[in-house]
Amino acid sequence: MRALALALLLVAPLAQAGEIPAAERRSDTVTMSAELRAMQADDMANPASFWALDGQTLWDAKAGTSGKSCADCHGDAQASMKGVAARYPAFDGATGRVLDLEARINQCRTDRQGAPPLAMESRELLDLTTYVGLQSRGAPISSSDPRLAPAIETGRQLFSARQGQLNLSCAICHDDNWGRKLGGATVPQAHPTGYPIYRLEWQSVGSLQRRLRNCMVGMRAEPYPFGSDAYIALEAFLMFRAKGLPMETPAVRP
Amino acid sequence: MARALINVPPKAKVGDIIEIKTLVSHPMETGYRVGLGGEILPRNIIQTFTCAYNGEEIYRAEFSPAVAANPYLAFHTLAMETGTLEFRWTGDNDFLLVETASITVE
Ligand code: HEC
Ligand code: HEC
Repeated sequence: MRALALALLLVAPLAQAGEIPAAERRSDTVTMSAELRAMQADDMANPASFWALDGQTLWDAKAGTSGKSCADCHGDAQASMKGVAARYPAFDGATGRVLDLEARINQCRTDRQGAPPLAMESRELLDLTTYVGLQSRGAPISSSDPRLAPAIETGRQLFSARQGQLNLSCAICHDDNWGRKLGGATVPQAHPTGYPIYRLEWQSVGSLQRRLRNCMVGMRAEPYPFGSDAYIALEAFLMFRAKGLPMETPAVRP
Repeated sequence: MARALINVPPKAKVGDIIEIKTLVSHPMETGYRVGLGGEILPRNIIQTFTCAYNGEEIYRAEFSPAVAANPYLAFHTLAMETGTLEFRWTGDNDFLLVETASITVE
């Protein structure tokens, strides 16, 4: 069924081609059903609230050989983490690497708390990332650090390159065919405004890397390992591409 | 950690129809899924939910494996008197979560 829909989508004449004009850029929250939008908008109905609440508990919990909590160094997250997620991935001067929010949180765990790193997609890392991300809700995505340029360029190439057994690129779906149907789903513009998201299909919260992994599996391409530079470059490019859109963490997606 | 979010209007007039909303954190594992090692993941669901208003049961729901994770329920009742609403979820593996909320009725 999905393969058939894909074939139809690919033989149909392209509605748009190339990058999405700034005036047409939007979060795909608007293409969801009224019920899902209501679920996302109401913290009492959005199940991701449980991850955010657990993240707040972890924020205040002491960990590692330092015996320090995140709060011991950063104080109240509502103040210190405000707008932070809206400019990640970010360049880390100390290591010369680009880090996404998960990697940054893990860097604080290992280097400053003296605690073992949290596994990607572990409940604790999702809790903390959701809680930190929540403090940027409404903030416009703003990645303006020129040191991110090489990662953004790598991400752009990964986004445009054909790969996998179906010989597709991310851009064929998300730049050229957004708004059209792929099976039951509307092809989104693929802006990372709401991550980590609560996805109904997962029955859980998941990271942007998990979402990208899903698309790669759909393309019959070999997914990159979690935490790899390739994902971080794609994340940096997606944030650059979504510049100015407001953060919605934690969003709900079908 | 088992948690619930409850939304009850803090104040109402006698005879008002009020909406009560609850969200509870629970995996609702169906008992039909297979794990990475090929083993059946044991069923772990909420079985019942009840809401009592000043001790009297006003709402009850029975859950099945088809109910999604982190179940959300919204229902209505008549505001009759000031008091306490008690919410109780019970399920597999001796799951028990009890929460309360108060309402002032004038
Ligand atoms: C011992 C003190 C200390 C602890 C404990 C600590 N951090 Fe940090 N954190 C820092 C410092 C210092 C920086 C800034 C580093 C820099 O700018 O290079 C930082 C940076 C960050 C940033 C990036 C902020 C930005 O503006 O880009 C995030 C996010 C963060 N920490 C999250 C956490 C979380 C979550 C925890 C708990 C798991 C934590 N930190 C624990 C000291 C700490
Ligand atoms: C065959 C078309 C197709 C290709 C190719 C594809 N995607 Fe997707 N992508 C989708 C669909 C459809 C969804 C929405 C899924 C759903 O809601 O079930 C999606 C969702 C997304 C989202 C989430 C958007 C949101 O609003 O939360 C991102 C980000 C994304 N894709 C990025 C990528 C990247 C990066 C690539 C290349 C590695 C890629 N996609 C390749 C079809 C595609």
